[in-house]
Amino acid sequence: MSRRYLARYLVSRYFSSSVSSRPLHVCIVGSGPAGFYTADKLLKAHEGARVDIIDRLPTPFGLVRSGVAPDHPETKIAINQFSRVAQHERCSFYGNVKLGSDLLLSELRDLYHVVVLAYGAESDKDLGIPGESLSGIYSAREFVWWYNGHPDYSSLKPDLKSSDTAVILGQGNVALDVARILLRPRTELASTDIARHALSALEESSIRKVFLVGRRGPVQAALTAKELREVLGIKNMHIRIKETDLTVTPADEEEMKNSRIRKRIYELLSKAAAAAGTSESDPDQRELHFVFFRQPDRFLESNERKGHVSGVNLEKTILESAGSGKQLAVGTGEFEDLNCSLVLKAIGYKSVPINGLPFDHKKGVVPNVRGRVVSQTVEGLSQTERGLYVCGWLKRGPVGIIATNLYCAEEMVGRISEDIEEGVFTSSKEGSKGLMQLLEKREVKKVDFSGWEKIDAKEKQMGSEKNKPREKLVTWEDLLAAAAAN
Amino acid sequence: MLFNRLSRLGSSIVKELPRERHFSMRGMRILQRSYGQYLQSSESEHHPCQYHEMVKPFIGYVMLNDNISSAINRERERNNDLALAQTNLVTCPMPQRQTRSFHEAFFSSNHHMFSASYSTASEKGGEETEKINVIFVDKDGEEIHVKVPIGMNILEAAHENDIELEGACEGSLACSTCHVIVMDTEYYNKLEEPTDEENDMLDLAFGLTETSRLGCQVIAKPELDGVRLAIPSATRNFAVDGFVPKPH
Repeated sequence: MSRRYLARYLVSRYFSSSVSSRPLHVCIVGSGPAGFYTADKLLKAHEGARVDIIDRLPTPFGLVRSGVAPDHPETKIAINQFSRVAQHERCSFYGNVKLGSDLLLSELRDLYHVVVLAYGAESDKDLGIPGESLSGIYSAREFVWWYNGHPDYSSLKPDLKSSDTAVILGQGNVALDVARILLRPRTELASTDIARHALSALEESSIRKVFLVGRRGPVQAALTAKELREVLGIKNMHIRIKETDLTVTPADEEEMKNSRIRKRIYELLSKAAAAAGTSESDPDQRELHFVFFRQPDRFLESNERKGHVSGVNLEKTILESAGSGKQLAVGTGEFEDLNCSLVLKAIGYKSVPINGLPFDHKKGVVPNVRGRVVSQTVEGLSQTERGLYVCGWLKRGPVGIIATNLYCAEEMVGRISEDIEEGVFTSSKEGSKGLMQLLEKREVKKVDFSGWEKIDAKEKQMGSEKNKPREKLVTWEDLLAAAAAN
Repeated sequence: MLFNRLSRLGSSIVKELPRERHFSMRGMRILQRSYGQYLQSSESEHHPCQYHEMVKPFIGYVMLNDNISSAINRERERNNDLALAQTNLVTCPMPQRQTRSFHEAFFSSNHHMFSASYSTASEKGGEETEKINVIFVDKDGEEIHVKVPIGMNILEAAHENDIELEGACEGSLACSTCHVIVMDTEYYNKLEEPTDEENDMLDLAFGLTETSRLGCQVIAKPELDGVRLAIPSATRNFAVDGFVPKPH
């Protein structure tokens, strides 16, 4: 099999000019890791591929820019590779182009042979419990976008001064990120790329205790070892874990046996609980409490400040087997209150549907078979949408790390290659040229990669004046102005 | 005899041309650009005499180079592939003009590199970094034999040889994209134990096995000569040489 492949490979390579000289016009919607890894692999796999990446923000890189925490600069190094892809001669980036308002999905499909939707998950799962709309309750995504200078959330103005306690619902890495940013010494944050408005707010913050609340136990916590180790190692931050929460059941043991990472997390948490020691009476000390086996029942409203949250009513839980090694939390009917003035929900992202796109509202993803979008016909049968693909969180749900998109992109390019071979893309399409005409007609102020480079240079220059790697521009006006400057 | 060897060497180079790859001949790096680029740039006119002039230093260098045997050995290792390549060259004849132009383009664009390196190589003389043999098994199951200097990490070595191994965080232990699988337990045991930081990243690696490591943390040393490293892939069938990764 590999010999035949090799023969075909060699022949196709020697004749590459004739085989793939007909351009394959590709449009990727979304410039995060999923979008860029897909572009990278497509460009390498097909010499005729011409890739346009569009994004509704003027800045590329998705959550690598707006999601990765300011104190994790090494995770942002991936931007270097993405920049190289954007600068490839057969690739173009166009920011400030919004699918759904500046152009329709159907128009994109008319212009391009291949449309890959990689716009991720810009919304949140809801708890669906009373009081969820009280002020002071935010999704972690909003809070992260706020401190990372996302232009949609720079005026969030979370209240960090009403009490010393914040409650975070969820125990994944996003929960750890927001806990860390709330509790890290300000001096450490001042030399990161955190947004200026967030740094000022945190400097005046009175939050000193953060409770990370999970409805299941330490064995099921979604956080990962590196992040946990980091938070356990922060100076002057005291970790509180109840020893009783650390008892494991046989079902827990089974889970740990099957998952190397679960086992290592549990060991880290046990060590942390043992080392916790007695609390010192330092009024300014920072505390991070891990609260297990509690699920939120409702939010409590403040008596002094109407419309503002004053605490969470939590129900104790126990775990029940749900088959195939999984354990689910079940309420016991016992309740307790946890007072706070800030609640951050870190229970998961959710994708946003757009007009003309099939969507699975239950799972929050676009229905697909290994990357090829499928829709329902009137008769209720599944049909593949030719030339329409999904990649990243929009395909798999909001799980995984940046690197997970590598394999997602590889699978996607495999699908596209199969479709090329089957002759799915025989009609000629306008591609970039058509897109430019359409955007001009609609007077869309697109930001190309050199526009981003101007924003980048300005941010770095502003940052150097303050010993920060960059000082982010946080409003649409400022970003577009910098991109258009000479 | 030498002519025979030269022609086989030439064929193996021609076969290699479509790929972008560095290969070392006694410290000199020769970069082969991908074939496609040359097709585009072959507009420039080159007088046939000039072509021969350009070729001469290269051939001369090759003849003087006493490491030609290493190049030929590598070529021998790919005997099957080569036989196939030769078959293809015979059965799928390329238009004469096209052959000439890509040869021209290859030699002309690299001419300055050859002459410059030619003089540098003779200056360098006896300088020789100890290297070990490393075999990468890529996503398609193809084996790529490279020489890695002692002290270089595997991620860097992969990039030097244009092997598709991602390195998103560029070696700062902040990702798992340079994940490689050591195919023989014997070699895995010769490596130093991974640190906590490396293990934390490995926890998240796709297709993790019991002999997985991060490429940026594996440093070439003499005991690793001949090590085989597999690059995990979403679509790859892991049963290469019967190797089956254990679930973690």
